[in-house]
Amino acid sequence: MSGYTAGIFAIFCINLIFAYGIFVPAASGQINLGGAGFQAIGAYGAGWLSSVGAQPMWVTIPAATLAAGLVGFLIAFPVLRTRGVYMVLATFAFGEAIAGLLLWTQFFGGAIGMVVPAHIELLGIAACALAVTLFVFYLMATRFGMVARAINDDEAVAVLMGVNVRAVRVAAFTIGGALVGLSGAVYAHNFSFIEAQYFNSFLSMYVLLYVLFGGVQTAWGPLVGTSIFTLLPEFMRMGGSWRYVVFGVVIVLMMALRPQGLITRALVEKLSPRRLLARQLSIESSA
Amino acid sequence: MTGIPYLVRARKFTMPVLVATLIVALAVCCSVFGGPGLVRQLVSGLMLGSIYMMVAVAFTLTIGVLNFLNFTIPTLFMLTGMVAWGLMAKGYINFAGGWAWLVALACGIAVAVLASLLVERFTFRYLKVKHGDAIEHAIPLVSSLGFLLIFEHLVLISLGSESHRFFVPFKADFHVGNLVFGIPQLASSLFAIVTVGTLSFVLKKTNTGRALRTIADSADTALLLGVETKKLVPIVFILTGVMAGLAGALFTVNYGEVSPFMGDNVGTKAIAAMVLGGLGSIWGSIVGGLIVGVLETLSIYFFGGDSVQMVVWGALLAIIILRPQGLLGVAVSARSRL
Repeated sequence: MSGYTAGIFAIFCINLIFAYGIFVPAASGQINLGGAGFQAIGAYGAGWLSSVGAQPMWVTIPAATLAAGLVGFLIAFPVLRTRGVYMVLATFAFGEAIAGLLLWTQFFGGAIGMVVPAHIELLGIAACALAVTLFVFYLMATRFGMVARAINDDEAVAVLMGVNVRAVRVAAFTIGGALVGLSGAVYAHNFSFIEAQYFNSFLSMYVLLYVLFGGVQTAWGPLVGTSIFTLLPEFMRMGGSWRYVVFGVVIVLMMALRPQGLITRALVEKLSPRRLLARQLSIESSA
Repeated sequence: MTGIPYLVRARKFTMPVLVATLIVALAVCCSVFGGPGLVRQLVSGLMLGSIYMMVAVAFTLTIGVLNFLNFTIPTLFMLTGMVAWGLMAKGYINFAGGWAWLVALACGIAVAVLASLLVERFTFRYLKVKHGDAIEHAIPLVSSLGFLLIFEHLVLISLGSESHRFFVPFKADFHVGNLVFGIPQLASSLFAIVTVGTLSFVLKKTNTGRALRTIADSADTALLLGVETKKLVPIVFILTGVMAGLAGALFTVNYGEVSPFMGDNVGTKAIAAMVLGGLGSIWGSIVGGLIVGVLETLSIYFFGGDSVQMVVWGALLAIIILRPQGLLGVAVSARSRL
């Protein structure tokens, strides 16, 4: 694998982890437009432990993930009091405030950035991405995933059925924060240099668009959305700004024609091997 | 719910008086405790704040009437400046007399309004599919993020990514004591106040304004009572385009510079201003815009340039957590929108 392909694949894996971190709260009906803030916490946490604390990666990455999860947990209570547009704004403000804090405080290097000594290889990143993907698929198959979907589809009914909506929301937001933090830690160790300007609102926006494009109904959504927007432009050798114009047009058309996202529950159902097999059998038996 | 909870509340002249008193009080405090340097910061903060104020009013209109956070507003702002510069630089507007810049800016605003109408087509008119889950409200928002990418990168492709000087023939300053006022800045502040005042009047007194406020209260009831919501939604977008475009034009004249990224900072600060003042309240946006402008210049003065982002967004986060309806928002309206 050439260095170029390896670089793209690393970015894809990091974005995928990030996207799953946005997906978990989104699956329970919460939009997080402050993803970059959580990623910054993960990246700076891991970077600081690695450079100042001289800790190995098997300490820094879990610690940074936990730190971002903890921040997610703490911020979840005030943020989840808000809804709809307000929640988008609250998470947006959180992301901007974190980036501003990192830019301002000299403790983390301020505007100069921070050098991260320990380097993670592509295999490690891919392993993380694979583990996160499997984890989220598992999570969506558990009772938690079912309840999250119920809250997304109709909160009032979920409450009537005895679901502790608040607990599920806080849990989803916390898990999401931790996963985005993990993506930040991996990013820091892979790129070996982090600066606050990287974690801007556009980053949060892009990843949110990947997730909503792919669809939040199933765990396939972020995988498909991230693959399409991270890998496809590279293979098509589509340069610079046109890539973003096409991205924008695709998003606008998607929202007009299929706002529930590319991959829906019905689609997954239709394409599932079991269903296909059943259809095959019924055709054979009728013939 | 009593009366009309947001957008424009009948408070007669209490709000303007309150704002004016606040500004005067701040100015007196600054001059007494801080000396002329601080007063200069306050003045430039208010100038900047009047730009934020106009953009924040544009944001608050679409949120108040349509419950839609329109992320294209920063690009409409930027389009005005960049189109005006592009028209002059490529020589499409080069007639004699010193008014070419004004014509160019007017064309820029027209482009912003057209772009805003294009956004209306794809965020509201064609959105028929409803799937009824919790993130459905985000569909127009996501479309507007798509448009943000389209407009910004089309400008980058056609006009390049550098910032350019925008020549305006007058650049006179005048002095009051040891304070320096720029005439463009002062004129733009007055202009901003007049525009916002006019908008406020239109919403309060005219039939169109009344209909818009009905939609803001309850779109379904408005439709039942015979308000033609389909015809009014484009009006909201035209007003949005005009406000954002005018703000962009004033910014261009004030700072004499345009760039494809000029909307990003102003746009996010205006969002902060709107939330600070209270979602869907026009006076809230006005107060919020001025506060953010002053907060920005004062935090640069006291803590250095890197602190702005943290101070503004930290204040905003605190407001969202402690008082989600904003400084001037009404609790009832916030609750019904939350």
